[in-house]
Amino acid sequence: MNYAVLIPMIIFLILIFFIGYWSSRKLASSSNFISDYFLGGRELGGFVLAMTMVATYGSASSFLGGPGTAYTMGFGWVLLAMTQVVTGYFVLMILGKKFAIMARRYKAVTMIDFLKARYDSKAVVLLSALSIIIFLFSAMAAQWIGGARLIESLTGLSYNSALFLFAVSVLVYVTIGGFRAVALTDAVQGAVMLVGTLILLIAVIFAGGGIPNIVQDLINENPNLVTPYGAEGNLSAAYVSSFWILVGVGVVGLPQIAVRAMSYKNSRSMHRALIIGTLVTGIIMLNMHLIGVFARPILPGIDVGDKVIPLIALETLPAWLAGIVLAAPMAAIMSTVDSLLLIVSSSIVRDVYLNYIKPEAELKTIKRISFGVTAMLGIGVFLLALDPPDLLIFLNLFAFGGLEAAFIWPVVLGLYWKWGNKYGAIASMITGIGTYIALHFYNQEYGNLLGVHTVTFPVMLSLVAFIAFSLLIRRKAYDYAA
Amino acid sequence: MNETDWRFKIAHREALIGVGLALFNFVWWFGFAYGMGSAPVEEYTYVFGLPAWFFYSCVVGFLVIAVLVMVIVKFFFVGVPFEEEEEEKR
Repeated sequence: MNYAVLIPMIIFLILIFFIGYWSSRKLASSSNFISDYFLGGRELGGFVLAMTMVATYGSASSFLGGPGTAYTMGFGWVLLAMTQVVTGYFVLMILGKKFAIMARRYKAVTMIDFLKARYDSKAVVLLSALSIIIFLFSAMAAQWIGGARLIESLTGLSYNSALFLFAVSVLVYVTIGGFRAVALTDAVQGAVMLVGTLILLIAVIFAGGGIPNIVQDLINENPNLVTPYGAEGNLSAAYVSSFWILVGVGVVGLPQIAVRAMSYKNSRSMHRALIIGTLVTGIIMLNMHLIGVFARPILPGIDVGDKVIPLIALETLPAWLAGIVLAAPMAAIMSTVDSLLLIVSSSIVRDVYLNYIKPEAELKTIKRISFGVTAMLGIGVFLLALDPPDLLIFLNLFAFGGLEAAFIWPVVLGLYWKWGNKYGAIASMITGIGTYIALHFYNQEYGNLLGVHTVTFPVMLSLVAFIAFSLLIRRKAYDYAA
Repeated sequence: MNETDWRFKIAHREALIGVGLALFNFVWWFGFAYGMGSAPVEEYTYVFGLPAWFFYSCVVGFLVIAVLVMVIVKFFFVGVPFEEEEEEKR
């Protein structure tokens, strides 16, 4: 076991616990439990807001999988990863002030609250709650597996013990602290990610003998590595560009991101978050993926992509520093997991239980159920992650794309297009998820339709469905002032 | 209070700015990457050791967008109250 690496990571985890505990004391004195537990009482400042969005969004894939693919594909994959910079400003600009105003007027705490108030339809609520619970539960389980693998590779613990350690850390502070704990720890974790990637990038450039040297090594090995087209020349411009939808503008439709756009205190925090979010997303994405490419000449022949970052950190940094830097992917995974956990449990408690099962529940009951559901979900994910069933991996494959196709138009057009109604919303969600699943199978069988990522057409089709059904069935202008 | 809530005008304008910025971002990113990157590797030029297409598309592109976001937020975005009560006090 590598103690020099392990100790900084443990200190980091203790720090995170401490923040969770501190937030929970604030929660105990709160007068509005639901809004506080699930939304941090709408009082996030600019820095915390930006960091929590970056940290939620930056998951195992941006810290382990993405750089691992960049290692194999070269600069073309860094180009692809940079499409994510747009999320730094786009989500907050598009949902923006109107979402903040409407969410307060509707007293919405979750994205589904917003949809419920806007469309006034039981079907919309149940359909959205169901897709959130199924897709995000699977996405969360996949992240847990990633977290456990990382602990496993760093500590030499068995997979099951690593998973247990990970589960306990996440559960304790999400359960006690709620959204504010998650948002605050996200801020710390975001800062760790930012600093960690900078240190590692510099170390890798030194180890490789400077950028010109590294690039020359790459050209000597395979000139395709420095083109935008990937190591085998098979990354087409159309395919890479379609990631603008999947990881760029489509992110507006992800419930765990959208909920953050209703949690800020005032216009000033939103303005600051726009600037900080853009800078931090850009720096992290650029650094992490460049590290992946630059690692290639230094440590050739790594065949498991997820191992590139841990291995290169251990190779180029002193052990204690590697421990701190490797806390970054750990932070990314934990902060994604905790937000997903909170979104899924808010869907169950808020959107299903309080709306339809027992609307008159007392505060004490709500509190008990919120803690209970969050803890139960965590234990459920833990059990599933011990031996992941095929269905879980299958659902996770289209968790993000499917949710984007389902929610982007009901949310965005619900905000800005007065003719949008519940028939449009229902049709849009069903079309989005349905065509996404169908196209997924088609693409698997015959290769990507027209060479673009699966998410592209379902997003377009669900737009058509939204507009067509809104105009055809009971067309009526929505009064935003009512 | 009706549909012409004064805050909505501001919100709508800012959302449109967001769409415009994303379009500009895409054109910049795509133009440099595939405009310069599709030449044969032997003809590539390099800036700070990075292939020029990558440097202009991803590094400079990111910096340009970051500066634009700062300028837009500072000079074109207007602060509005979010709470209903604050609005009535106006």
